[in-house]
Amino acid sequence: MEKKAKNFGYSIARDRQIDFDANNHDICKIVAKAEPTLNLCISCGSCAATCTAGQFTDFSLRQIILLLRRGETKDLDKEVSKCMLCGKCQLVCPRNVSTRNLVMQISKALYENRMPRLNLENGK
Amino acid sequence: MGLLNTKMRKHVVVIGAGPAGLETSASLSKLGFHVTLVEKEEVTGGHLKKWHALFPSLLSGKNALENINKGLNGNIKIQTATKVTGLEAVNDYFTITGHNGWQEKADAVVLTTGFQLFDSHRKEEYGYGIYENVITSADLEELFASGKEFVNRQGNKPERVGFVHCVGSRDEKVNNLHCSKVCCITAVKQAIEVKQLLPDAEVFCFYMDLRMFGRHYEELYKEAQEKYNIQFIRGRLSESTEDKEGNIVVKVEDTLLGKPLRIKVGLLVLMAGMEPRPNTKKLTNMLGLKNVSDGFIQPLDEVLRTNNTEIPGVFVAGTCSGPKSVSDTLADARSAALAVADYLKL
Repeated sequence: MEKKAKNFGYSIARDRQIDFDANNHDICKIVAKAEPTLNLCISCGSCAATCTAGQFTDFSLRQIILLLRRGETKDLDKEVSKCMLCGKCQLVCPRNVSTRNLVMQISKALYENRMPRLNLENGK
Repeated sequence: MGLLNTKMRKHVVVIGAGPAGLETSASLSKLGFHVTLVEKEEVTGGHLKKWHALFPSLLSGKNALENINKGLNGNIKIQTATKVTGLEAVNDYFTITGHNGWQEKADAVVLTTGFQLFDSHRKEEYGYGIYENVITSADLEELFASGKEFVNRQGNKPERVGFVHCVGSRDEKVNNLHCSKVCCITAVKQAIEVKQLLPDAEVFCFYMDLRMFGRHYEELYKEAQEKYNIQFIRGRLSESTEDKEGNIVVKVEDTLLGKPLRIKVGLLVLMAGMEPRPNTKKLTNMLGLKNVSDGFIQPLDEVLRTNNTEIPGVFVAGTCSGPKSVSDTLADARSAALAVADYLKL
């Protein structure tokens, strides 16, 4: 028989603060080293305005850069994968951020520094 | 001391007769110097001639220029229609030569060569020169000054007007990293003026940062919100297109909401920034003044010696040493006159 969770009429909300001290800042450092123009972003949003992926999904390079800078890297790999690498953002960026390489470097850093996951098949 | 030191009257040549040159000349004259003011155009007054009203008080450009011109007198010789093509330091005086053969000697030179308006055609993606209803802030001032009916190119009163901040400023794609300083407050001023002419129109400002640094600028911004309901959207335009009716469709990210936004406006105004004039660079090259990356003239010290240059006897005032408002320019001009006096009376 299926166990039903008891409904107490309330739930516990997760803390939605950016826990800056607990967050992972290594990814940002690795990416900034590989693509130093990351640090030039002024969050103007022209990349996101011209982005085709952003028109249909919630992809925004401006937001990704901010998440990275704050160490909010938990679901970043999913976000970054929405980019189609068309490079329109690179044409409009007023600070000459190398946006395409930035996306590649973020993916790479996230992949190389991913948390080990449980391998259920091997029972490990 | 100088070659021209007869009767203790020293001679200063001021290059460029915009607000900076006019005010420097007037101040030098009051201090007792002979002044020659050289201007490449037929008429003095620079950009101010075409400017309808000045922030934050909406003082008319015409009124401002008339007041500045009041300082001119018989001790100031005005040499118009003369482009300076030669500038040379000889011992302790300078020789200044014009394209038409005009030549003068001076004990000191003040460069007041001003700025050039950023050519908005260079931001092709914004559509200036391609779509009729994309104009610049300078075009809008001319439209205000003309007193003509406020209509777009189809002869319609626009229901919506958009202002794009930072066109040609803070943009490395056009090689201008610098902030032009006056466009934010000019956009707020012009947005209010549009609302005064078209009370039913909706007005939007697309900005990256609102730099309301001067006295009463923040108040004007608040007035724009409170009295005129002007909407401020934080995002930099990526591009604009035209629809069948000639409206301009703007693409921008509403960065504070985190969503791309498209909006149709009947008129789009580009806040064109300030750039150094190419001829200023030629003049500084003649003197051997070193150039800095933004192309504006570098003063001797950006905090302490803002009107002096590396060459004794050569001074700067106004926007040739960086973007300035008219009030900043006039103050800078008066300050330059004192720096010249300090140098010539030693």
